[in-house]
Amino acid sequence: MAHSIDRRTVLGALGLAAFPMPALSQGASAKTLRFVPQSNLANFDPIWGTQYVVRNAAALVWDTLYGVDETLTPQRQMVESEEVSSDGLTWTFKLREGLKFHDNTPVLAKDVVQSLKRWAARDPMGLMITAIQKELAPIDDRSWKWVLSRPFPKMLLALAKNNAPCSFIMPERIAQTDPFKQVTEYIGSGPMRFVREDWVPGAKAVFTRFEGYVPRQEKASWLAGGKNMLLDRIEWVIMPDPATASAALQNGEVDWWENPISDLVPLLKRNRNIAVDIADPLGNIGSFRMNHLHPPFDNVKIRRAVLTALNQEDYMRALVGSDDALWKPLPGFFTPGTPIYTEAGGEVLKQRNIAAAKKLLAEAGYKGEPVICVVAQDQPITKSQGDITADLLKQMGMNVDFVATDWGTTGQRRAVKTPPAQGGWNMFHTWHAGADCINPSSYTAVRANGDKAWFGWPDLPEVEKGVSDWFEAKDLAGEKAAMDRLNTAALEGVVYAPTGFFLSYQAWRKNVSGIVKGPLPFFWGVSKTA
Amino acid sequence: MLRYIGQRVLATVPVMAIVALFVFSLLYIAPGDPAAIIAGDQATPDDIARIRESLGLERPFLVRFGEWSWQILNGDLGTSIFTSLPVTALIAQRIEPTLSLMLVTLVLAITVAVPLGVLAAWKAGTWIDRLVMAFAVFGFSVPVFVVAYLLAYVFALELDWLPVQGYTPIANGIWPWLQHLILPSVALGLVYIALIARITRATMLEILSQDYIKTARAKGLGQRAILFLHALKNAAVPIVTVIGIGIALLIGGAVVTESVFVIPGLGRLTIDAILRRDYPVIQGIVLLFSFTYVLVNLGVDLVYTLVDPRIRY
Repeated sequence: MAHSIDRRTVLGALGLAAFPMPALSQGASAKTLRFVPQSNLANFDPIWGTQYVVRNAAALVWDTLYGVDETLTPQRQMVESEEVSSDGLTWTFKLREGLKFHDNTPVLAKDVVQSLKRWAARDPMGLMITAIQKELAPIDDRSWKWVLSRPFPKMLLALAKNNAPCSFIMPERIAQTDPFKQVTEYIGSGPMRFVREDWVPGAKAVFTRFEGYVPRQEKASWLAGGKNMLLDRIEWVIMPDPATASAALQNGEVDWWENPISDLVPLLKRNRNIAVDIADPLGNIGSFRMNHLHPPFDNVKIRRAVLTALNQEDYMRALVGSDDALWKPLPGFFTPGTPIYTEAGGEVLKQRNIAAAKKLLAEAGYKGEPVICVVAQDQPITKSQGDITADLLKQMGMNVDFVATDWGTTGQRRAVKTPPAQGGWNMFHTWHAGADCINPSSYTAVRANGDKAWFGWPDLPEVEKGVSDWFEAKDLAGEKAAMDRLNTAALEGVVYAPTGFFLSYQAWRKNVSGIVKGPLPFFWGVSKTA
Repeated sequence: MLRYIGQRVLATVPVMAIVALFVFSLLYIAPGDPAAIIAGDQATPDDIARIRESLGLERPFLVRFGEWSWQILNGDLGTSIFTSLPVTALIAQRIEPTLSLMLVTLVLAITVAVPLGVLAAWKAGTWIDRLVMAFAVFGFSVPVFVVAYLLAYVFALELDWLPVQGYTPIANGIWPWLQHLILPSVALGLVYIALIARITRATMLEILSQDYIKTARAKGLGQRAILFLHALKNAAVPIVTVIGIGIALLIGGAVVTESVFVIPGLGRLTIDAILRRDYPVIQGIVLLFSFTYVLVNLGVDLVYTLVDPRIRY
């Protein structure tokens, strides 16, 4: 039998031995946790920069008014109480007593109001509220009101959601910073302080416990409940190389690795000192987007043809290998296992049909126009998906111009609206955190409002109607009905092509306890023994 | 001599000006957009446009280049787009680990490679020579990252003698500092050991066939004195040249080594800045590296005068 050496074999070998071994004394104190985040913390303003890594660090340093728990239900966090008028137009909120910023000044309503203004200028739900806002103002030191011109039933979700940007509360003077400019002071309201003088961007970020933080009494659950810190110090160690992170975890030089690549997980699982589990049950959705503005994908039949030919298993195998626990097919756009998940209209993604796809292409009058397929090679997720798509399009008989580039260039090029031959594009690959795709509130990728839509600029009024129906829905049944219509319309018009749902792992030393699964790493309740 | 040094230092000014213009132009025309990276994947095109505007990235080339040049003339390398920290502060944070890595690597490379090269030349044609040259071929052929992984596997994971990754400043003690640099330096130094050993051998072989060496032997001088006092001194110019080139090459090699061993040095700062399109940081680092190259060349030229009395400036 022939044996081949592939990437996984080599990584496995280089990812180093899995058997237990004594660790060189690298011991940090039991009150210090060393954590390897998913990427570099290059900036630290969660409103200005909405990368997940910034949101994750910010959740340690700044608190929110509300927080979603593990059932995705908004719960009070900094807020003691809220009241909404019978017509749904006036919301009145009151802060808990004793809340302090990290400079030991009290958190006041004026700070909250200014923080909400800055957040609302950048957040999709915030922008919706701003559009119907009549007044947002403090009433006294602990209370403020938000007066609207029409009801906004999803107010608490907007303030509690974990999608970036979250409505973190900062001191008024800092929150007065232009939302499109970076803050330069990091005075938090959350359980940990950011130690700016120890910050080495690209290498290390340090957080220490804020003694003045007043946690809630309830049990912690994701962003809700008592954020009791059992650690004095958390060090984020940036490790760009997965094999090194794996070795450092095995050697006890770090305690918790947020996102080990699936190739190295078998090695980690075999180490008796290391625990491995799913990181985020909400997972991720793989995707590629077609440019609705230019041929050939301005023709819905051609977009449908691509969807008809697509086999999600090919994409998922390329992403997660042979681990079946890590993926599932996704005949739709929303995160599986969440309350309003729907597969309505998803038949097209359940059965691949190349012949039908070719027929659709012929009917659409495709004449071999080149498809500029932009693929970032420095992101394993986009690279793997891009290779599969290129093969798929070739099987369909399309003329693929494969542009291998990096993520920075993709980020610039996808914003270009000019025709592909003049620097534009036809297709690019990406992925979405499942936490962003549980409903349409912060799910910019599923919107189809033409010029204002996400890259690809789909213009599909039926999709937009589904979105507004969801916002207006007053109960779960109404939300579900709206989601069914939205999913169906989005698949018919092909807002984008979902390539499947996939999960990833996290790994930690067994002397660390209290780690939970969630859309971001939650450090409250985490402890470590020597 | 001082006049020569002064002239050479002055000559760096136009070199640096050309480098500055070249780097700035290259980054201006290179694809990529820091605003898109800052805004995050869920950002809308409008968000990205607003951030671009706030960063001043929409301004004309000449305005931006003029502003940056003026900053440079005032000793200011600018501010990082991402961290809002001065580029000089970022470089200052990262320079010690890189200098440490380069220093230990160089010391290791020279102390191992020169004796190896001399030994190979002395024992030319024997199994010792072949062993040294086989080692040199290995050093040239195996990529730094492969050596790095293997070293980490054996000495950190298997034997538990040294840490896998990280850096400890020298202020925390010599051993903690050195402990974190041994594996990276060996990984990075292997190719330089190979390079210097080969050059030393080749040069020594040529020198050892010279008449004055035969005379020295005829006069009864010991082997050690012939090799190290007479031959090696005369072979020093090409060796010093290669070491100089090696220092320049080390900067490139440090990028990979720092990434694999998680050393927070300038190499990683460079890679991070390039991937994020943090233009001021890239420009600042390239200027620093260019200046270093010029200084290293000057240093090599000055060392020539020490090893070869015929050379005078």
